[in-house]
Amino acid sequence: MSNDARTQHEDAYLALQSTEEFQALRKKFRGFVFPMTGFFLAWYFLYVLLSIFAPGFMGQRVAGTITVGLLFGLGQFVTTFAITIIYARWANRELDPMAEQLGARLDGAKEN
Amino acid sequence: MALLPAAEATSIGTPALNIGIFAAFVVITLVIVIRVASGKKTAEQYYTAAGAFNGRQNGIAIAGDYLSAASFLGIAGAIALQGYDGFLYSIGFLVAWLVALLLVAELMRNTGRFTMADVLSYRLKQRPVRIATATSVIAVSFFYLLAQMAGAGGLVSLLLGISGETAQNLVIAVVGGVMIAYVLIGGMKGTTWVQIIKALLLIAGTFVITVWVLGKYGFNPSALFQAAADNSPKAGEKLFEPGLKYGLTTTTKIDFISLSMALVLGTAGLPHVLQRFYTVPTSQQARKSVEWAIWLIGGFYLLTLVVGYGAAALVGPGAIAKAPGKANAAAPLLAYELGGSVLLGIISGIAFATILAVVAGLTITTSATFAHDLYKEVFKRGQSSQDAEVRVARIASVVIGIVAIVGGIFAKDQNIAFLVALAFAVAASANLPTILYSLFWKGFNTRGALFSIYGGLVSAIGLIVFSPVVSGKPVDAATGKSLSMLQNVDFHWFPLDNPGLVSIPLAFFLGWLGSVTSKEHNAQKYAEMEVRSLTGHGVGEAISH
Repeated sequence: MSNDARTQHEDAYLALQSTEEFQALRKKFRGFVFPMTGFFLAWYFLYVLLSIFAPGFMGQRVAGTITVGLLFGLGQFVTTFAITIIYARWANRELDPMAEQLGARLDGAKEN
Repeated sequence: MALLPAAEATSIGTPALNIGIFAAFVVITLVIVIRVASGKKTAEQYYTAAGAFNGRQNGIAIAGDYLSAASFLGIAGAIALQGYDGFLYSIGFLVAWLVALLLVAELMRNTGRFTMADVLSYRLKQRPVRIATATSVIAVSFFYLLAQMAGAGGLVSLLLGISGETAQNLVIAVVGGVMIAYVLIGGMKGTTWVQIIKALLLIAGTFVITVWVLGKYGFNPSALFQAAADNSPKAGEKLFEPGLKYGLTTTTKIDFISLSMALVLGTAGLPHVLQRFYTVPTSQQARKSVEWAIWLIGGFYLLTLVVGYGAAALVGPGAIAKAPGKANAAAPLLAYELGGSVLLGIISGIAFATILAVVAGLTITTSATFAHDLYKEVFKRGQSSQDAEVRVARIASVVIGIVAIVGGIFAKDQNIAFLVALAFAVAASANLPTILYSLFWKGFNTRGALFSIYGGLVSAIGLIVFSPVVSGKPVDAATGKSLSMLQNVDFHWFPLDNPGLVSIPLAFFLGWLGSVTSKEHNAQKYAEMEVRSLTGHGVGEAISH
C-alpha cells in the first residue's frame, strides 16, 4: 500500500464520506444487512430454543418418521440458501454499481 | 456383519491400504504444490497468494478449510448416536456463514491486506491493537490446531491399526512434517490448492456414501430414519426428537444455547477463515467465495444427516461406541460396511487429508500474524524488508508446525469437539465484537478494542478453566474416569461447558464501555476506512504492488 497516495487521498476520503451519494450507499447497505442479520439470528435462536425447551412440539410427527423439528431444521438450510441468493443478487445489482461509481470518483480526484 | 469383535480389533479394514491411499494423496498434492507454487515469494504471495484466486476456487478452499475432521467425523458420529441433537449441532456451523456473508467478508477484503489485525488496527493505535489481536489470533488458532492434531491421533489408532504410543506419536509427527512441507514450499497458494483438492474429495466421497445408503432404503429418507431407530435399542424413536444429548437437565439446555451462540458468532471471527478472504482480488469475489462456501458446506451437512442415520442403521450404535474412536468412528465404520476395505481406505485417506489441509491453513494464518503483525509492525515498527518478513514467516511456520506436533502428542486423548467449541467461543468473544465495532461503529476506539479483545479472551479462557470440562465432572462408571480433562480434582464453579453465553455479551459490553470512556477519535482514518470498506477503493492498487 503506498503511503504517499494515501496522504493525498485523505481529504478526498473525508470529502467523499460527507457526500449525499456516499451516505445513500451506506444507508442502503446497512438498511439491507442489519435487518437481514436480525432476522436470521432470531430465526436460528427460535429454532434452537424450541428444540431445547419445547421438545414435545418439535418431536411431533408430521409423516412417518419426519418430525416438526426436522422440518424446522431443514427450514434453516432453506433460509440460509435463500438469504445467500437474495443478498448476492441484490448486491450485484444495486450495490456494486453505486460503489464502483463512488470509487471511480476518488481515482478522478487523485489524477487532478 | 463383517466386523471383528471390538475386543480383538485395534483397527478396521486393511491398514496398509489406508496408509497407501493417504500416501498417494500426499505425493500427488505435493507434486501439485511444487508445480503451482514453489519458489521465492513476496510476503503477499506467502500469506495470501497475492489475491490470485477467484471466488469459486476460494469458496471451495473455504469449504476445505472449514469442514475439519471435527465436522466430518464428529457430526456424523453425533447424528448416529444422538440423532436430532447431532443435526441441531450441525446447523449452527452453517447459519454462521451468513454473518460472514452479510457483515464481514467484503468489508474485510476491502480494508485489509495481510492479516486480521490490518483491519482492526486500521483507524486505531497500531501497536497496542496489533499486539492484542495477535494474542487472540494465536490463542484461537492454537486451540483449533490442537483439536485437529488430537483428531489425527485418534484416527491413527482407528484406521492404521497403530495402537502403540510411540508409533502413534510418530504418525502425528509425519502428518505435522508433511504439513510444514506444504506450507514452506507452497505458501498460501500451495495450501489453497491442497484445500481445494481435499474439499472436492471429501464432498465426492460423502456423496457416494449418501447415495449408497439411500439406495439401500429405496431413496426414502423416512425408511432410513426408521431403520436407524430400529437398530438403536436404547434411543429408539427418540432419535427423531430433540433431547438425547442437550435436553437432559436445565444445565445442558443452557449449555447448548451457549454453544449455539459461540458457533453462530465464532465462524466469522476465526482467523484462518478471515485470511481466506484476502486470497481473492475484490469484494465481489469475496462475496462469491462465501456464496460457494455456503452451498458446499450446507450441502455437505445435508449429506452428513444421511451418513449419520446410515451409520446408526447399518453399523449400529453399539458397534460405534465400542470402536476405538467412538463417535468419530461412525463414518469410517459405515464406509467399511458399505464398500469394504477399499471405501474405508478412501474415506480414511480423505480424513487424513482433511487434517493436513486444515492444519496448513491455520499455520499460514498464524505465521502471518507472527511475521507481519508482531515482527514487522510491532517489533520493527514497520521498517523491515520483504525478504526479512518472509523469512520470519517461514521460521514461524516451522515453529508452529513443531508446536502442533508436540501439542498433538499431548492432546491426543482430548475430546476434539470440546477443543473446537473452545476455539469458536474464544473467536466469538475476543475477535468478532472488535471486528464488527471497527467496521460499523464510528465511536469505536483503541481503548474499546483493547477492553473487548482482552476482556473476551480472558473471560472465555478463564471460564473454561473453572468449568466442568477441566475439572469436576462425575466419574463414568464404565470407564472409571471422569469426563473432565483433569482427574481427581474439582475446582469448577462455572456450571456450563461453553463460556459463550457470558463471555460474548461481556466482550461486546466491554468494547462499548472502553470506547465511551475514551475521547480518541480519528475522523480522517474513520472516513478512509469507511469509504474504502464500502467502495473497495484502493484494493486493486494494493494488490498490484
